[in-house]
Amino acid sequence: MTIEKKISKKTIETETGVSRRGFVKGAAVVTGAAIGSGAITGFPTIWAQNIKDVTLRQFGTGVSNINAVADKVKEDLGFTLQMTALDSDAVAQRAVTQPNSFDIADIEYWICKKVFPAGTMQPMDTTKLKNYQYISKLFIDGKLTPDSEIAQGTAPHTVGFVEGADSVEFASAPTQWMTLIPTIYNADTLGIRPDLIDREITSWADLLDPAFKGKASILNIPSIGIMDAAMVCEAMGEVTYGDKGNMTQEEIDKTIAVMIDAKKAGQFRAFWKSFDESVNLMASGEVVIQSMWSPAVAAVRSKGIACKYQPLKEGYRAWGGGIGLAKHLSGLELEAAYEYIDWYLSGWVGAYLNRQGYYSAAPETAKKFMSEDEWGFWMEGKAAEGDILSPDGKVMEKAGAVRDGGSYEERMGSVACWNSVMDENKHMVRKWNEFIAA
Amino acid sequence: MASDTSKRSSYFLISPMALIFAVFLVIPLLTIVVVSFWDYDEYRILPDFILENYKYLLGSSVTWSIYLNTLKYAVLTWVFTLLIGFTVAYFLAFHVRSLTWQIVLFMLCTIPFWTSNIIRMISWIPFLGRNGLLNSALINLGIVDQPLEFLLFSDFAVVLADVHLYTLFMVVPIFNSMMRIDRSLIEAARDAGASGFETLKSVIVPLSKPGIAIGSIFVITVVMGDFITVRLMSGGQSASVGLQISNEIGLLQYPAAAASAVVLLITVLLIVTALLRLVDIRKEL
Repeated sequence: MTIEKKISKKTIETETGVSRRGFVKGAAVVTGAAIGSGAITGFPTIWAQNIKDVTLRQFGTGVSNINAVADKVKEDLGFTLQMTALDSDAVAQRAVTQPNSFDIADIEYWICKKVFPAGTMQPMDTTKLKNYQYISKLFIDGKLTPDSEIAQGTAPHTVGFVEGADSVEFASAPTQWMTLIPTIYNADTLGIRPDLIDREITSWADLLDPAFKGKASILNIPSIGIMDAAMVCEAMGEVTYGDKGNMTQEEIDKTIAVMIDAKKAGQFRAFWKSFDESVNLMASGEVVIQSMWSPAVAAVRSKGIACKYQPLKEGYRAWGGGIGLAKHLSGLELEAAYEYIDWYLSGWVGAYLNRQGYYSAAPETAKKFMSEDEWGFWMEGKAAEGDILSPDGKVMEKAGAVRDGGSYEERMGSVACWNSVMDENKHMVRKWNEFIAA
Repeated sequence: MASDTSKRSSYFLISPMALIFAVFLVIPLLTIVVVSFWDYDEYRILPDFILENYKYLLGSSVTWSIYLNTLKYAVLTWVFTLLIGFTVAYFLAFHVRSLTWQIVLFMLCTIPFWTSNIIRMISWIPFLGRNGLLNSALINLGIVDQPLEFLLFSDFAVVLADVHLYTLFMVVPIFNSMMRIDRSLIEAARDAGASGFETLKSVIVPLSKPGIAIGSIFVITVVMGDFITVRLMSGGQSASVGLQISNEIGLLQYPAAAASAVVLLITVLLIVTALLRLVDIRKEL
């Protein structure tokens, strides 16, 4: 741990030196004389002193509001990062209605699609970000590899850029102005209890297999649940979709009808709404197959219970988030925010996220902060040589384990659909409520 | 002149209470009513005057099935809490002779209420689950060979938790009413040749009515507005009016939630009015 810390500090110092110096030019007007004295540590004193007083207020959903990140920011960059965790609905509302209540918004891409046009955020100048070049192609042109297919739904690259510094129009091709710098993303699939299921699970359709009657579950968050339901209906051949990420009323009605039939037939044991509910359902054996999130699978396993994040032939449902700047940011605070975002991409956070089973937006930089074995396990789908530890030091996987779904390319390369918000959202929510009440 | 002063002073004396009611009850309630006529989109509520919220609410079959479901829970919970509550109160009031023991046993009833009701609810889950204590015990004793699935994440579980949570609300007012019954009335009934059951039916039940009515109001209003018991104990598979409101708030559909709240309020007020018609609580207290 200590070795890693040292390395990280060194890398940060050397890597971010240039941009800081650029900034110092501006700050030097205030107290020009002090610049030289800071050279010993590599941090110009004047900069370090001014920046110490800066507090950036970041708000977002729970997944990436990690206290360890705020601590590390204080240590590496010197300023204070205040984090507020809210649920995704509240995040969206606050970003639109209280634009001065935050400096940095940590939102998902589908929220960005709705929020950014409201004009309460400003795009980032990618030329000011040294680590921009390391951002995965997935977020630039939607293609992880040159021959991969672009998934349905709100794919991040479709809302990742705007036309200009003051524009709120999403650009159809990458520009210099990025709405969100991607931070965290993953590919979701079904979780299963391999010890309680005696056959291979290969398709989303297996969720509604009568063999699992009374032992299945789906998440009860309408905007995400409907996607899982659509993956199931499509796999069953019951419904065909133009775009699962933006269904027509008819497609929504058909999907919900299939789900209501399944519910009435007693397919579901329960619906879950929070992370820990999904863990408990699985760990207690009430449910053997359900929609699940990657860290929840890890949480079940850490209890010594077999749980598999089953890759399915139709592909994954992916989600991703990023951080963006509030419109009102300017001057020193804006510079600090750029520093922070560049730092975010510089690897330490990426490694931290990778170790949680998520993915870093800049895999190359994260690699430097991970051991070869960690990188092999999390990113390359290789068998672990030693025990794999979580960021807080708990054993997550024993030596010999292989990550479900394999490598980064295998998992993120077979995304079928991204989380999204539909034009028919109101209708969808009403139909979803019918499903729950049925 | 003197009456004028006393009039003024009585206005003055009730003003703090009136103020509190105005600020914490009347104004919020009016706000809810006003917002229920507003419009909304994904992230904003838009001041307006539309009937769409009510139109959808009252026209949707979902609403009716949710109300039916909520009423089912309320009625079942009411029946069971009344039977259990009345029995417990009767035992405490008429079978336990010493005041000390009455106090001790009454305290015993309240002890579970010192813990949070969420905790009391959640503790049923590992007990009733498929591999829970009850099912393991039944299987080990050879009473059943398959775990009983209906025990958890079902209507049974919801009503069980509600009854467990709210029986005390029945016990306390009924016990209170019973303690006020003049014992000589019971003696007189016995002297007049009434059997135990007749005494219960003609003397004790009628005189306990105010307690029964108050307890019923407590239980029914609480169950009608509940959302967390339904969500946890039905495993999210059943809906109640409270849960619907909570979902709408979660999706930022405040006007829709306000409309639901107004309709729920009216429903509950109607139920309470009906109960008060049956028993004049004021006269009996």
